[in-house]
Amino acid sequence: MLILECPCCGVKSEETEFHAGGEAHLKRFGPGSTDAEFEGYLFMRENKRGVHFERWRHVNGCGKWFLAARDTNTLEFFGFYPAQTHEPPQDIKDKISAKHPGWSWREFQ
Amino acid sequence: MSTRLSNGGRLVNKAKPVEFQFNGKRMKGYEGDTLASALLANDQMLVGRSFKYHRPRGIVASGGEEPNALVNLGQGGKFEPNQRVTTTELFDGLYATSQNHWPSLEFDVGAINTHFARFLPAGFYYKMFMFPRPFWKHVYEPFIRQSAGLGKAPKERDSDTYEHFYHFTDVLVIGGGIAGLAAALEAAQSGLKVTIFEQTHHWGGRAVVDGAEIDGKPADDWVKDTVQTLEGMENVTIRARTMGAGVYDHGYVLGYERLTDHCPDQDGPRHRLWRIRATQIITATGAIERPLSFAGNDIPGVMLAAALRDYVVNWGVSIGDRTVVVTNNDDAYRTAIALVDAGLSVPAIIDARTDGAGPLADAARAKGIRVEMGKGIAKVKGGKRVEGVAICLQAGEGAVIEEIKCDAVAMSGGWSPVVHLWSHCGGKLIWDEAQAMFRPDPSRAPTGDKGQPFVAAAGTANGNLRTAAVLEDAVAQAKAAVKAAGGKPKAGKAPAGSDAEEGAISPVWLMPQGAPIQLRMKSWLDFQNDVKVSDVQLAAREGFESVEHAKRYTTLGMATDQGKLSNINGLAILSDALDQAIPQTGTTTFRPPYTPISMGAIGGEARDELFQPIRKTPMHGWHEANGADFEPVGHWRRPYAFVRSGESVHDAVMREVKNTRRNLGLLDASTLGKLIVKGPDAGKFLDMMYTNMMSTLKPGKCRYGLMCNENGFLIDDGVVARIDEDTFLCHTTTGGAERIHAWMEDWLQCEWWDWKVYVTNATEQFAQVAVVGPNARKVLEKLGGMDVSKESIAFMEWKDGQIGGFNARVYRISFSGELSYEIAVPASQGRAFWDALLAAGEEFGVMPYGTECLHIMRAEKGFIMIGDETDGTVIPQDLNMEWAISKKKEDYLGKRAQERSYMASPDRWKLVGLETLDGSVIPDGAYAPAPGDNANGQRNVQGRVTSTYFSPTLGRGIAMGLVHKGPDRMGDVIEFTKGDGTFVKAKIVDQVFYDKDGEKQNV
Amino acid sequence: MKRYSVFAVAREALRYHTGWERAWRSPEPKKKYDVIIVGAGGHGLATAYYLGKNFGITNVAILEKGWLGGGNTGRNTTIIRSNYLQDPSAAIYEKARSLYETMSQDLNYNVMFSPRGVMMLAQTQHEIRGYQRTAHANSLQGVKTEFITPQRVKELVPIINIDGPRYPVLGALWQARGGTARHDAVAWGYARACSDMGMDVIQKCEVTAIRTEGGKVKGVDTNRGSIDCDKLGGIVAGNTSVLTEMAGFRVPIESVALQALVSEPIKPCMDVVVMANTVHGYMSQSDKGEMVIGGGTDGFNNYTQRGSFHHIEETVRALNETFPIISRLKMLRQWGGIVDVTGDRSPILSKTPVEGMFINAGWGTGGFKAIPGSGWAMAELMAKGHSPLTEEFSMWRFGEGKFIDESVAAGVAH
Repeated sequence: MLILECPCCGVKSEETEFHAGGEAHLKRFGPGSTDAEFEGYLFMRENKRGVHFERWRHVNGCGKWFLAARDTNTLEFFGFYPAQTHEPPQDIKDKISAKHPGWSWREFQ
Repeated sequence: MSTRLSNGGRLVNKAKPVEFQFNGKRMKGYEGDTLASALLANDQMLVGRSFKYHRPRGIVASGGEEPNALVNLGQGGKFEPNQRVTTTELFDGLYATSQNHWPSLEFDVGAINTHFARFLPAGFYYKMFMFPRPFWKHVYEPFIRQSAGLGKAPKERDSDTYEHFYHFTDVLVIGGGIAGLAAALEAAQSGLKVTIFEQTHHWGGRAVVDGAEIDGKPADDWVKDTVQTLEGMENVTIRARTMGAGVYDHGYVLGYERLTDHCPDQDGPRHRLWRIRATQIITATGAIERPLSFAGNDIPGVMLAAALRDYVVNWGVSIGDRTVVVTNNDDAYRTAIALVDAGLSVPAIIDARTDGAGPLADAARAKGIRVEMGKGIAKVKGGKRVEGVAICLQAGEGAVIEEIKCDAVAMSGGWSPVVHLWSHCGGKLIWDEAQAMFRPDPSRAPTGDKGQPFVAAAGTANGNLRTAAVLEDAVAQAKAAVKAAGGKPKAGKAPAGSDAEEGAISPVWLMPQGAPIQLRMKSWLDFQNDVKVSDVQLAAREGFESVEHAKRYTTLGMATDQGKLSNINGLAILSDALDQAIPQTGTTTFRPPYTPISMGAIGGEARDELFQPIRKTPMHGWHEANGADFEPVGHWRRPYAFVRSGESVHDAVMREVKNTRRNLGLLDASTLGKLIVKGPDAGKFLDMMYTNMMSTLKPGKCRYGLMCNENGFLIDDGVVARIDEDTFLCHTTTGGAERIHAWMEDWLQCEWWDWKVYVTNATEQFAQVAVVGPNARKVLEKLGGMDVSKESIAFMEWKDGQIGGFNARVYRISFSGELSYEIAVPASQGRAFWDALLAAGEEFGVMPYGTECLHIMRAEKGFIMIGDETDGTVIPQDLNMEWAISKKKEDYLGKRAQERSYMASPDRWKLVGLETLDGSVIPDGAYAPAPGDNANGQRNVQGRVTSTYFSPTLGRGIAMGLVHKGPDRMGDVIEFTKGDGTFVKAKIVDQVFYDKDGEKQNV
Repeated sequence: MKRYSVFAVAREALRYHTGWERAWRSPEPKKKYDVIIVGAGGHGLATAYYLGKNFGITNVAILEKGWLGGGNTGRNTTIIRSNYLQDPSAAIYEKARSLYETMSQDLNYNVMFSPRGVMMLAQTQHEIRGYQRTAHANSLQGVKTEFITPQRVKELVPIINIDGPRYPVLGALWQARGGTARHDAVAWGYARACSDMGMDVIQKCEVTAIRTEGGKVKGVDTNRGSIDCDKLGGIVAGNTSVLTEMAGFRVPIESVALQALVSEPIKPCMDVVVMANTVHGYMSQSDKGEMVIGGGTDGFNNYTQRGSFHHIEETVRALNETFPIISRLKMLRQWGGIVDVTGDRSPILSKTPVEGMFINAGWGTGGFKAIPGSGWAMAELMAKGHSPLTEEFSMWRFGEGKFIDESVAAGVAH
């Protein structure tokens, strides 16, 4: 039973107030992309045991999507940040580095 | 015999006698008794039968760890199986029966198993019952099922209610012994919000039974004072009869409060499930005494030493007149002393240690009790009751030195901290060699949402067995918890505890040490599941070396007590058999709940009508009053048909179709989703959401649109109306409103966050009625208001105005093929508008219709239905709907996916109409076989039916289906399964069966 | 191998069961095997078993980081059925179900397959149509199922409430030869048979790296040393992505927690397995008498084998409505396992971008019932390079858009 903190409205609340939305920072590939690019975008997943970036929506709250960094092995959250971004904020990356030196996830480290 | 003593019993109120029944026998107890103490006071030592061998079983413990004494409790809607007598408070009229025997507790035919025990070792059923093959299902399994199980299944619906309770606290203390109370008091003095639970109805735990002193007063006085102080503090929530049931991630805890189990006639919920978020949790859950493994340790009258003491001190009940105490530690001496002090006889204390007993042993000797060091019990004599014990050397192989007559045995193998709650969420344990116990490893506590430790064990639960250490630990843990929860601990010291000095324990896992197989196969580890020392040794010998394998192979610890008495003893035996250290063997996983909690409590208030809320349209009440046969659609209920008296549902549907096509029908379409999409980029956004081009739609016009997911599959459809330059109203399917709204938000927030668009779900703001049929215009004209002529509002146009005095938005759209207006009015006006239409429509033959009529009419017209023609694997191209896919757009959701090889294949099944040759209706879901079998021996298939109905308009069965290259095969006849092994022939035809040119809807 | 039988038990009883041999050996790993299977769960052990039995390949090691059968094989609700809609699913699940029928005799180990019947309740019009469609499909697939009336449902399950105020029972899809089996015994029976064929079941042996050369698999590194192989099968439900990352490729899989619970045991009161998908709950009664209840999956990636409690609440609530008597039973234990979920929720039995490496994964919430069929098919794929049963379950189907979607009929949970 997770506790999350919505970075949009600031509410810290029960998991049941949120909806999990899968892996974060996926780049959309549309018409004109190669089969491999499209398959990668739609299906291939990091699914890390450890540091993971993911999407959540505060569905029973402010309704906003946001992103989170979480350890799938301990369920620890390293932080929450708005969905309107292309990479995790530095302070969250620093927090992860403190706990998991040398971590990487897709192109981030 | 066991009986009530004339003195003692700190918990019973002898002024208040209570009557109850056990197996039809009327018995007497007192207020404050548990069912266990009351049964024992009535000399009811035999209370149940074991799971496998149906051995006679008595009460072993005094709390939630009891493995044997489970009864059927109550009657009718209050009947409950497997109720533990040690945690059942006595009340007047209590009705209990014993379990798992036939025909009676005293004489159980199943007990024959005990004579075959030698043939039924651990895992025997894996090795036999294999031949003949059908016998497992028809003979062996029914027999095994019948003899397994414990209590009876309830027969009636639960007559009680339950509730859930949310609670937030800074520090949660679980356990109301002296450690819990000291920790709670310490934490509370910091001003933080503190909650403390005690699972029984009395506070103080063991210390008050064992006569410890705190701050110079008897522990009992200190406990009373502390409870009173806590009850008076505003920042403290204090609850007895409430168990900490489970600790979950991020500080989520379940509390299980038993509100009326002890007074079932009282109104109100029976159980309350507390859903708690705690910043810090202190588990002050004490310890459980371990049995010793000697032959016959399961015979009624053999009891945990501390439990025996509890019955004497707490309830004034003696288990026997002559009690032999057997131990490997000093604590059990307290039992001997308590018994002698109560005027009972203790013929001997059998101490397996060769030396090391402390002052308690001296005290016992001083009371004239014989103490035998280095000895053990070779065997307990007796069947349904202890008759005596045979004594041997602990270091030997069980040669009997002496027999002692007795009617009770008090055993103590040492104490195991209750580490369950610590462990539920990942807390790790360490093996404490000196005390022979697993205790929490404070460096590996469960961690929370920020990676911080959030559980601490305190007192005995943390491996401290002496009063002073317990209190010091409790206060230290409380100070640390306060700090971790962001508070400031108060300066000050722990209360000073004192009790008798104790000598060291010496672990004894088998008695005697060299017990031969004949004794080991009578030495029980798990009493309820009948697992013996020999079973665990057999498991090890057969290669079940992992503690999880041994558990599962022998069923050790899998009974309703979840191994509270047996786990440590079992894994010590396993370790010994594998010749490895106990920590190397490790423990099995501790899973919630600590002791079983009721399904009723887990479900809470959500029963019957409250199980799931029903969404209702403004006209729902009218439907209910007018024969609606409802069907669930999402969370809504929609009328399937309006059935009149004397009609079948089918008759009603046929009537509704005919009337709508001939006269006038009304459909409550309020459940259709209505999303308002607004902003300068709304058109561009909808161009991405729909396969169609929406940005070119003119204000005042409607367009039917299709929506696909990124995988290319159809997910929704509906009519989009452009309200003004910046505003669109998108209709969705009934089930789609929330889903599609969320879908749009996802794309707007996460992908095209710079696009200027807002979306809102206005579904419930409007009631919507489809006015359908040749008389549709007439009824609206009669009601008066806006001009609804073809010239004023053409097909696929919409208009705002007034109808019959109602503010209305009128859409000229049709899902039936008839002249049709869908009219939205404010939800608050919906019922009045509906009534007005019915009244005005009377002369035009108005009849409301339901969803089945809607389905038939759309099928007659060849319109697709999301969920029928689509199933999550169908793309618009399969439905020949290329006309709805804009060729001009570079991109829309699903476009790239539809370019993949399998999606673009010419071999896909495509939509066609189907007409049976004999006019019958093809069954729902029918498949069309093709010649031959595939590589897996399955019949090849070439299509399937997606919608199939009897058309009252055409007087025959009509259907749509997806058929391999269907549109190229017009006129072909193929077969469909009828479901009974036969087939029906159908011709591939155009999917539009009625009014192919659309003349009727366009008048 | 000494055969198990009632006579063997009797003979051993006379000498106090001192003569039983180990069910499986506990060998040290060799330097090289023809085939290494990573993961000694049901699927991995079954694959090894059929490699030996059907193809004579016995120079096989099955590596297990924990204890054999300790993953989802030992954590599921033991339901066995094959009433699937899509042809490829029905084929492999029916193969599995039919192998379960004779598994006890084949393995000389009583896995207690109990063909007591499985019913899936239809509680909406949409579900009725969906299950009728499945019944029609099954009739052409050689899977015996039928759609039954509410009255028949009530006869088969007297404790069910068919007139629930929210979702009355409108019928059910019934597979009479579906049922349950003893989950641990399936793993143990296969392990014993594999060991008997000379294969090495090596527990507490964790793979830390996969070695390749020129795109071809060479072997694995483990905490017990390096082991070479010609072929490698990755059959590690819940941890597939972790393993494939070692081999340098991604898979269309996410790992989530799935939960289950049991009640305290009671005397027999329900003889069949009931699944109620509209309200999300399913229940059967074990031979011990416990009501075995399956819950839902979490929406977020998770490797902890713990789930969120609200799923338990939702499931129990639904079952209290469906079977009112259980309200007065008590939950004895709840637990979780980690399941792989693929892009279409159907499994992957496939070659991989690494030559000689195969994966069997993504069974989601429905793997137990498939064990023997999955092992049979996987062994054929690994031995011959292709199998009609695995043909459609390739990991490349997602890129082609060729899905095997079982949720289409009526949101059928596994």
